[in-house]
Parts: sequence; C-alpha cells; structure tokens
Amino acid sequence: MSVVAASEVLNPLSSGWFLENSWLIPIIPAVGFALIIFFGKRLPMKGSEIGVISMVASLGMSAGSAYQWIQRVGSAAEGQFVEPVIRTWNWWQIGGVNLTIGQSIDGLAVTILVVVAFISTLVQLYSIEYLHGDRRYTHFFAALTLFSAGMLAMVIAEDMILFILGWEIMGLCSFMLIGHWWEEGANSRAALKAFFTVRTGDMGLLVGVAILYFASNEWTTENLGVSGFSIHGISAWALSGEPNSTVILMASIALFIAAIGKSGQFPLHTWLPDAMAGPTPVSSLLHSSTMVVAGVFLVARLYPVFFEGFDILGAGGNLIMVIGAITIVIAAALAFVQADIKKVLAYSTVSQLGYMMLGLGAGAWLPAVFHIFTHAFFKACLFLGAGSISHSASHHSFDMRKDMGGLRKYMPITFTTWVISTLALCGVFPFSGFFSKDEIIDNVGNNGYTMFMVIGLVGAFLTAAYMTRATYLTFFGEARGAAAGQHETEHASDHGHDDHGHDDHGHDAHDGHGPRESGPLITIPLMILAVLALSSGFLNATPFGKSWEKLKDWVEPRAAVVMEVHASGPGESRIRAEEGHHSSPCGSETPKEGVCFAPQLEHAKFKWSKALLSLAIVFAGIALSWLLSVALYTKKNAKLVGLTSRNKVLGAGYRLLANKYYLDALYEQVIVRSVAGPISRAAYWFNQNILDGVLHGVSRTTRSVSSWTYRNIDQRVVDEAVNASGRATKGAGGVVQPVQSGKVSQYGALLFAAASVVALVLVIVNT
Amino acid sequence: MEMLRDDNWLLSVGTFLPMLGVAVMLFVPKVEERLIKAVALITSGATLAVGGFTLMRFDFGNAGAMQFVAEATWIPVIKSSYFIGVDGISLPLYFLSMVITFLVVIYSLDHIPSPGNPKAFFSLMLVLQTGMAGTFIAQDLILFFVFFEVVLLPMYFMIGVWGGEQRQYASLKFFLYTMFGSALMLVAFLALFFKTGAESFAIPFLVENGASIAKNVQIWIFAGMFIGFAVKVPMFPFHTWLPDAHTQAPTQGSVILAAILLKLGTYGFVRIAIPTLPDAAIEWAPYIGALAVIGIIYGALGCLAQQDMKRLIAFSSVAHMGFVMLGISTLTSFGTNAAVFGMIAHGLITGMLFFVAGSVKERYHTLEIQRLGGLLKQMPRLGWILGFSSMASLGLPGLAGFWGEFPAILAAYNPAEGLNVTVYRVFMVIAALGTVLAAAYLLWLFQRVAFGEPKPEFAGHDHDDHFHDVNKYEITAWAPLLIAIVVLGLVPNLLFKVVDPAVQGALSAFGG
Amino acid sequence: MLVNQFLILAAILFAIGVYGVVARRNAVLVLMSIELILNAVNLNLVAFAMRNGSADGHTFALYVIAVAAAEVGVGLGLVLLIFRNRRTIALDELSEMKG
Repeated sequence: MSVVAASEVLNPLSSGWFLENSWLIPIIPAVGFALIIFFGKRLPMKGSEIGVISMVASLGMSAGSAYQWIQRVGSAAEGQFVEPVIRTWNWWQIGGVNLTIGQSIDGLAVTILVVVAFISTLVQLYSIEYLHGDRRYTHFFAALTLFSAGMLAMVIAEDMILFILGWEIMGLCSFMLIGHWWEEGANSRAALKAFFTVRTGDMGLLVGVAILYFASNEWTTENLGVSGFSIHGISAWALSGEPNSTVILMASIALFIAAIGKSGQFPLHTWLPDAMAGPTPVSSLLHSSTMVVAGVFLVARLYPVFFEGFDILGAGGNLIMVIGAITIVIAAALAFVQADIKKVLAYSTVSQLGYMMLGLGAGAWLPAVFHIFTHAFFKACLFLGAGSISHSASHHSFDMRKDMGGLRKYMPITFTTWVISTLALCGVFPFSGFFSKDEIIDNVGNNGYTMFMVIGLVGAFLTAAYMTRATYLTFFGEARGAAAGQHETEHASDHGHDDHGHDDHGHDAHDGHGPRESGPLITIPLMILAVLALSSGFLNATPFGKSWEKLKDWVEPRAAVVMEVHASGPGESRIRAEEGHHSSPCGSETPKEGVCFAPQLEHAKFKWSKALLSLAIVFAGIALSWLLSVALYTKKNAKLVGLTSRNKVLGAGYRLLANKYYLDALYEQVIVRSVAGPISRAAYWFNQNILDGVLHGVSRTTRSVSSWTYRNIDQRVVDEAVNASGRATKGAGGVVQPVQSGKVSQYGALLFAAASVVALVLVIVNT
Repeated sequence: MEMLRDDNWLLSVGTFLPMLGVAVMLFVPKVEERLIKAVALITSGATLAVGGFTLMRFDFGNAGAMQFVAEATWIPVIKSSYFIGVDGISLPLYFLSMVITFLVVIYSLDHIPSPGNPKAFFSLMLVLQTGMAGTFIAQDLILFFVFFEVVLLPMYFMIGVWGGEQRQYASLKFFLYTMFGSALMLVAFLALFFKTGAESFAIPFLVENGASIAKNVQIWIFAGMFIGFAVKVPMFPFHTWLPDAHTQAPTQGSVILAAILLKLGTYGFVRIAIPTLPDAAIEWAPYIGALAVIGIIYGALGCLAQQDMKRLIAFSSVAHMGFVMLGISTLTSFGTNAAVFGMIAHGLITGMLFFVAGSVKERYHTLEIQRLGGLLKQMPRLGWILGFSSMASLGLPGLAGFWGEFPAILAAYNPAEGLNVTVYRVFMVIAALGTVLAAAYLLWLFQRVAFGEPKPEFAGHDHDDHFHDVNKYEITAWAPLLIAIVVLGLVPNLLFKVVDPAVQGALSAFGG
Repeated sequence: MLVNQFLILAAILFAIGVYGVVARRNAVLVLMSIELILNAVNLNLVAFAMRNGSADGHTFALYVIAVAAAEVGVGLGLVLLIFRNRRTIALDELSEMKG
C-alpha cells in the first residue's frame, strides 16, 4: 500500500436549504396521494393535476438538492470525503434501542432522486392522455403518486427501516398498478405473482437487516453514535475490519436475495415480463426505469457490506457477478422469441439490470450507477413509445407480428425517438448507453474478470440483435393487422402468452381510423426522453478525458479515511482526514485510525481500441439481425421460415425459450402449487384429522367413560342404594296407607285420640 | 414496583360501568329494541369515555409504574384481595377492549344476527366487556382468574345462540377447551401461592417471591400456566378451537374474540407467567419459540387450504399470534415490546378483517371464496377496505402490522442471555418465511374475492337492497380502526413509549 | 275454688266440640264445633291468667279470638267453594286426600 500523506487542512463543506430539507421530497407526493384519494374525484381533472403538481414540486426540490450537492462537492478539497447531508429525528425507542428516521443525501441519492422525480413527472403527464377516460383514472394517479413517494423515501433513507418502508410501498403500488385492470384474471394473477415473487426476496431483506443491526449496533453506537440501522453506520462498520466474515457474508447473501427479487435477476426474474399486464405508463415508470432498479440501488447503497461480504475485487468473481452475467444472457435470449413488444422491452430491462449487477459485482460502482441513470431515460422512452404505438396505431395491441409493421411513415416522432433510444440501448456511440454500458464491460475486464467481460460483450451483441428485430417488426416492412387498419374485436394471442390488459377499458370509443401520430402529451415526454437518451451519456464521457467525468466527481463517494466524525450534521463539518492520492487503504485493509465510508475502487483507462471492438460487435448484431429480419418477415425466405420446426436442435432451443426455461413452470406448477395445494391441504388435514381427531378422541373417550360410569357406577351402585332406601320407605308407606282415608273427620278423631294418649302419658309420668 | 394510587376509583368505574348498563337493560322490555340499543350505545360510550379519561390521567412519564391502584379486602380467608391497577402493558389493552366493544355496539345497531333478541345480545356483550377490562387490570391472581372466566360464558352464549350452523359444536369446543386450560392454570396459581408461603395472591408480591422457588418446581408450575394461556392465545397445537369458534361466531363475536380474547393469553404470559417464574421461563422459552414458529408456518398453510373466507382469517390469527409468541419467547424487552405491539395491531387488523367478512356474508350470504369475486366492482369501498386490511395484515411497513412482525423477527436474532442463539436464528428465518406465506394467502384471498368479475349467481344483483356498499353504521364502526392502523403504523412510538417502561420492569429478571 | 268451675266448663265445652268435629258430617257444624273447642281453650287461658295474676292469658285469649274470626272466614269460604263444586257439604264424601 502506498504511503498515505496526511493533510490537516480540510475545507468546510457547503450546504443549502434544498439539501437540508430533502426529506420533503417524498413527503410532497405522499401528501399528494392523500389528497387524490380524498378529493381526487371531485376535481376537474380527476386528481391527475395533484399528481403532476406534486411530482413537479418534488422534481424542483430534487434538482435544487442536486445543484447544492454539486456545490458541496465543489467546496471540498481534492480527495476529501464529502459527508452526506444527514438529518434525523427520533422515531421510536424500545429497550434502549433508539430508532431514528431521517435523510441521508449523497451523490447516489441525488442522482436517483432526480431520475425518479423526472421520469415520474413525465409519465404522469403522459398518462393524462394515455389513460384519458379510464374508469379508475383517479386511482391510477393516486397509486402512481404513492409509488413515487415510496421510491423517493427509499432513496433518501438514512436508516434501513425507512428503506424497507419505501421498498414495500413500491411493492404495494406495483401490485395495485399491475392489477389496475383487475377485471381480467390474467392481470390480477400477474399482480399477485409480482408481489409474491418480490416478497419472497423481501424475506432476505428482513433477515439481512436483522443480521446487520445486531452485528453492527455496538460498533456504530460506540464509534459514530448511531444505531445499527443507520446506512451510514453500517457502511463504516463494514469497512472497519470489525465484522466477522461469516456474519457479513450471511447478511450480504440475504440482502442480495432481496435485490434479486426486486430487480428481476435470475432466478426470480419471471415476474417482470408478466408485470407488463399493467398499463404502459406503469411499465415505463415502475418496471423499467425506477422501481426495478431498487435492488441495484440496495447493492449500491450498502456497497461496503457487499464489498466485504462477497470480497468484491477478489479473484474469481462472486455471486453478484455470476447472477448478473446469467441474467444478461438468458434474458436477452428470451427477448428473441417474444411477439409482444412490451415483453421484448421487459426482457431487455432484465438483461440491462444484469449489466448493472455485473458492474457492481465487479467493482465498477460508478459505471453501474451511471447505467441506472442512462438506462432510465432510454428505457422509459422505449416503453412510452410502445404505449404510443398501441394507443394510436395498433388499436391497443402490443403484438408486433400481427398488428404492427411499417409504422415509421405514420408515426414519425415515435419512430425517431424509438430509434434514438434503441441506439442508446444497444450502446452505439455517441448515445448514452455507449458511455455507461461500455464502461461496465471495460471495467469488468480491467478488474481481471475476462470471462465476465466476454459475457458482457455477448450480451451487447444479443441486445443489438433483438432490438433490431423489434424495430424492424414494428416500424419497417408492411403494415399488418390493426396497423393496416383492420380491426379485430378479439386479439387471439397465438403464443400462449398471458393476454394483455388492453387499454380499451373505459377508453373513448376509438375513431377506427388507421394509424396516426399520438397527441402532444404523449409525444412531448417522448421527445424529452429521447433528447436525454442521446445526451445524458456526456455527463460522464470517459472517452473525452477527465474533465468530462462529471458524474464521477459528483457521485462517487471518495474513499478517504475520515478521522473524526461528528454526528452534528453538515455545515459545521470539522473533519480531519488523511488524504490518499487515489489509493486509500479503505476496503483493502483495516484503517488504523478513523473510519471509511466507501471502498477504494479502480477505474479502467479508456482505450479506443476496446471501444471500437465493442462497437463492432454491436454493429455486427444490428446488421445480422436486420438481414435475418428482412429475410424472415418480409421476404419470407423459405429456408428460414419454420426452421425451428424442422431442425431438432433449434426446435428444442426454441421451445426452451418459448417456455421461459421452464422456470415459470417450476415456480407455479411445482412450488406454488405444491405449497398452495398438497402441502397446505396436508397441514389442514393434519389439523382436522390429527389434532382435532385427538380432541374428538379425547371427547369420545370421555363420553364413553362417563356413560360407562353412569351405567355401572352411578346407576347400579349409587342409585341402587338410593333406590333401596326409597323402596323401603315405600313399603313402610304401604303398610300404614289405609290410615290415610282422606276423611277429615277421621283425621280429627285420630288427632284427638293421639292427644288423649299423650295427655294420659303425661299425667302418669307426672304423678 | 412503584404504585400510584391517585384517582383509584377510575378503573373500577371503567370496568363495572357496563354492568350498570346491563342492570338498566334488565328493566327495559324486550320489544323496546330502540331503547335497548340506546342503552347499550350509551353504556359502552360512557365506558369508553371513562377509558379516555383514564388515558388522560395516566402518567405517561411513569408508564412502568402501576397506576390508579386500588386495594380492598375481598376474600380474606384465602388472602385474596380486590387489587387493581394498570401499567404501560395493560393500559393499551384495557383501552382497546373498550374501543372494540364500543365499535362493535355501533356495528350491531344495524346488524343484529339472527335469531335477534338484542336485549340478550347487548347484555352479553357488556358483561363480556367487564370481564375483558377486569382481566387487564386485575393485580391479584384470583381476581384475574375470576375475570378470565367471566369472559368465557358470554362468549359461549354468543357463539351458541347467534352462531352459524355448527354453533353448538363450536361453542362447546370453545368452552371446554378453555375450561380445561384454565383448570390447569388455577392449579398452577394455587401451587404458586403455596410455594411462596401462602401469603398473598397479589401479582407484585408473587413477582418478588416467585423467583425463589426451586427451578424444577417452577418448571411444573409454568407448565400449568403455559397450557392455560396457550389455549387462549391459541398456540399450536392447542388452536383447533379457534377456527371453529371464529367461523361459527357471529361477526361481533369474531371481532371481539380476535381483537381482545386472544390477547388474554399472551397478556397472561407477559404479566404473570414470565415475571413470576423467570427460571422456568428460560427453560420453556425455546419450546414456546418452536411452537410459535410452527404456528406461523402451520397457520399460513392452513390459510392456503381454506375455502371459507372467515376460516381463512381465523387461521391467519394462529399465524399472527405465532409472531407475538415468538417475540415473547425471546425474553428480551425488544421482543416483548414487539409482542405487545403485535397484540394491539392484530386486534385492530384482524378485528377489521372479521368486520369485512361479516359484511360480505351479510350481502352474499356466503363466504365461500370460490363463489365470490369482483367485490371491487360491486362494492368498491368494501373491496378497498378489504385490500387495505389485507395489506396491513401481511405486515406492510407504514401500517400497524409491521411493528408487531418485524421487531419480533429482529428480536429472534438476539434472544436473552441463556437461550440458544442458533436455535433462535433458525426461528428467525422460518418466521421470515412466514411473512412471505402471509403475503401469499392474504393477497390470494384478495385477488379471488375482490378482483375479477362478479360470479354469475351474483352478477345481476347490483341494485338489490342487500348489495349496497359500506353503510354509515359500518363506516362509523370501522373508521377508527382504519385510522388507528395507519397512525400506529406511522408513529409506532405512540405505543412503544407506553409499553416499553412496563416491559422493562416485567423483564427485569432477565437483565432487560 | 272458682277456677275449678271454669275448668270444668271448659272441659265440657271441649268435649262437645270434639264430639261435633269427629261425629258430624255437615261441614258448617264441624266449623261451629271447632269454634267451641277454641272457646274452651280461651276459657282455660283466662281462668289460669286470673289464678296466676298475670295478663298473659288475656292477651293470648284476645289473640285467639282474632285468629278464630279469620279462621271462620276462611273456613266458610272453603265450605262455600266445596258446595259450589260438589253441591254438597258432607265431609265424608271428600276423600281426595286419600293416600
């Protein structure tokens, strides 16, 4: 390890109103949600205005926070750790545990805040038109707003409890929004599946947080004055050399399971494509750009824990990388066999989330976060584009093969934005995806994981290919089905996919004309997103040198050893740090004094040669896919069409993909069905027959014992005695019975006779 | 233990006021239904007002101390006295019982189950209220036992008279089961009494002197109490009375049963069994914990197998009370706090679910899940309330259920000293699995009942009188519960700050 | 001694009364005989009271007179009812009390 130079003087960090009050960012939409629920239906725009206004306000505050954060970073010295802006309030305390709730704003939080608030605003605007006239229009906006509140709360969370709160609220909103059109069984099943799958992962979150709390609480209380729920505290603890490696490994695995569930990683990715049953704005906001990155965010947020737990940067790779890499490839492969445009995008999302995980697992923290950032824009744009097509061109169908084709002529804006975003997704220079995805692949290779880099490149090839296929099917060739103006009342899906929630619930009666461009509330968000898909990559454009790496400056926490920590909060920072010139001991060895909040990571040097290689792979993918698409779908090349049904190997592969690797079958048919069916029935049988059987047996025995006692003891012995005395009395009675004549005068005579006798006796005795 | 004797008339008034209502009701002719309802409403309302006043006068800064303590000679021959008081553990439950009774009375104004006879129905309910409130304030074992048994009879009649088709079976099962438990419990109480020198039945006295009993004797005494309380909780495998009782009981009975009666058992553990017999508690705790997690999983599986909505909710009680017992079995203040919170939360949430089930039954005349569907379409408000309650029940953070569940899981990671950590960590993972299953059965229920289209047999009835959405009586009775679920979910400290000092006191034998 | 005459008179009255109760069939006559017995007792009470010089006997006698009045009232009522139901007041036809 290089010698660490001590620098005593550190700059005080700047702060500002927006940073100090970032906790308002989730509060605003939370209040908005309440207002929509209670007053939404009475408002002229049915509550959508409250949603939009609250999101705009949140966006304004997020932007303010981002601006002030950049200033704060600017006010720090080089290599100085920029403390997050932390404010906490007591929430509850029991048994000496004092739980606080509060905000912790740093570069990562600010980035995600801006993304979430921004895309939420656009999607709400888009939904005003897209869901116009829907019968649960108000509910939709309420749920959308609540979702934003939950996600924003999770992002600013200082402690794991608030994090869980936000996390679960998102899950709830996801359930409500996927099942928005719950009249159809498929939609409500998809909603249930999504919630349930994610919840399975959440088990890991609960367990992981519990482990971390008890493992770290003592250390954090002693050294930082915060509880073991504090993210800040846990991070420092993880890097302190204190934790037992088994404990932190268990915690990492548990938390990573939660991330797998939420971010649709293999093997829990199956809910995400089904979640496309929800309205398209929901897919765009929740299931591509924001909610599903929560798992990635969790890993990024608690990076020190994973860094130590999984020994990131160690030789041979780790669980995060393996899962990420598997996800990239299997999801991309699945995207090829989809006929539904939204499912293509869904698998693409899964695959891109795999890239983010791969990056995080390989120590490429910043590129992964950067990929969250860029991916949000272009994927939201693609989804909204798909929504635009179904809304205005394909009569609420998402089937590329049956109801689309040749749409570029009718929908120029949608087409242009789609192509821009597709190029960004494929990673073509200079679109944003190039800067982020290539960074990930490059850094994976640079950190010594060559095999994973190759998988990343394969993924890039596949991505380019399936997106080209989708683009071709949608916008090129000749118009088919609804796109050609044919209206079918029923869309019979011949692929065995779940029927989609067609947007015809409560929609205005469609005018029945052919495809046309959508209205401004739809196209304007598309254009804004397309511009960002094109330009957002320049925020961290490594190819152009250090001065272009803005995001790295602003967002990546600096891995400096912090000597004195004051929980007093920002503004009066009196931190003395030892500054390490690009290599601090954080993460690699235990600091002798002070604490670390982030591990020291390497960054790959950009080389055009590597970039050109990956660009070549992407272009090869595009070209090959284009040629195949033309041959298959337009020319109907006899050799290619139906190849899967002729060639056994290809056919088996196709069936494997069409059945989604049989994972769904495993989960639904085997696990869920056995738990919900035989296992629960067995438990219930046990309850009814064994437990209750014992009870009934006891009661039967008691009854028979009691009746035996009754018959033999009570009736024969006890009663016999009673009866005998009764009989004796009766017999005696019979003897004197005649005396009882019933005649009063006889009784009188007897009475007097008796009295006379008594009198006589008395007289005799007394004399 | 510190005793505060100010305002010591308050508890007696709050507890016996319902009996006054019963006395008044005896003089009201049976046919005057409106008057009877008015008397019931006024009595329970006044009781609640007294409860509210108690809450106001309660010294929250001193929640660990017994307050409003009153002591009078009662049965000097057996050294039992009328000794009452509340602290931070009993106060929330005491108040909850009043709230629930009041709300149930409001609900009953419009929903007298067949065969009618509101006079008897309300009288029983008020007697029940006295019994429940009395159990939570009794500080003398005999007094506790008397109140504990007073509760039994009204509930027996409530199930037996106003219940469903198999009411006789269910009510008898309920009665015998609990009697069986309480008989053993009484034996344990007597043993405790004699082993501490036959001086007093007062709980504070027994807490002070119980620890001196030899350990193997303690274990046996604890066993008696364990069965008595475990039947009431109910813990696996003593739970089989619960589904039957719940399913057959009228809505009001189910609500009171779920909201308050089950808590008598857990309260008994926290108040009596564990503080008086600390050595036995340590020995028993792992077994209690094991039964608790079995209950969690088993209850969840039982739920998944149900075809009847009410029976499903009843089984969910088994699972939820498992979390409460898991918290208690850790013998830590963290876990016990979670348990007390869980009791209150379960009372509010499951009470709410039973209310909803009752209203569904009233409208559809069936609770068979397969025949239901599209509730949201026909009665959107009722449907959303069901959704909300299900979400609360599955432990969604931000709602009350979470604070009973999550801290219990958390506490299991680190049980009290002397308990096997590994075993408890296994419990923790199993309990966490239980949260997943909870999500599964509740959402599955919600999906089947509320989503989709109404089934053909009910589809055309939209304008029937029966098929109205939530009416004003229902919403009045439910709104306080719904609000409390949210408020406690967002500000759990409202409850924790009251409960915590008392829990610390109760667990002082375990070093906090 | 004057008391002896009183006692003898009382004994004669008592004997007549007993004869009436035992021998007569008519319920009204039986009632009257009972009155005779009661009055014989009264006579004794008063006579002994005089001899002992205390007022107790007088008090008892008054008491008995009051009770006898009531008894006659009830007795006549009974007789009336018996007559209504049976059209007779012959006592030996009433044997419902036979065991």
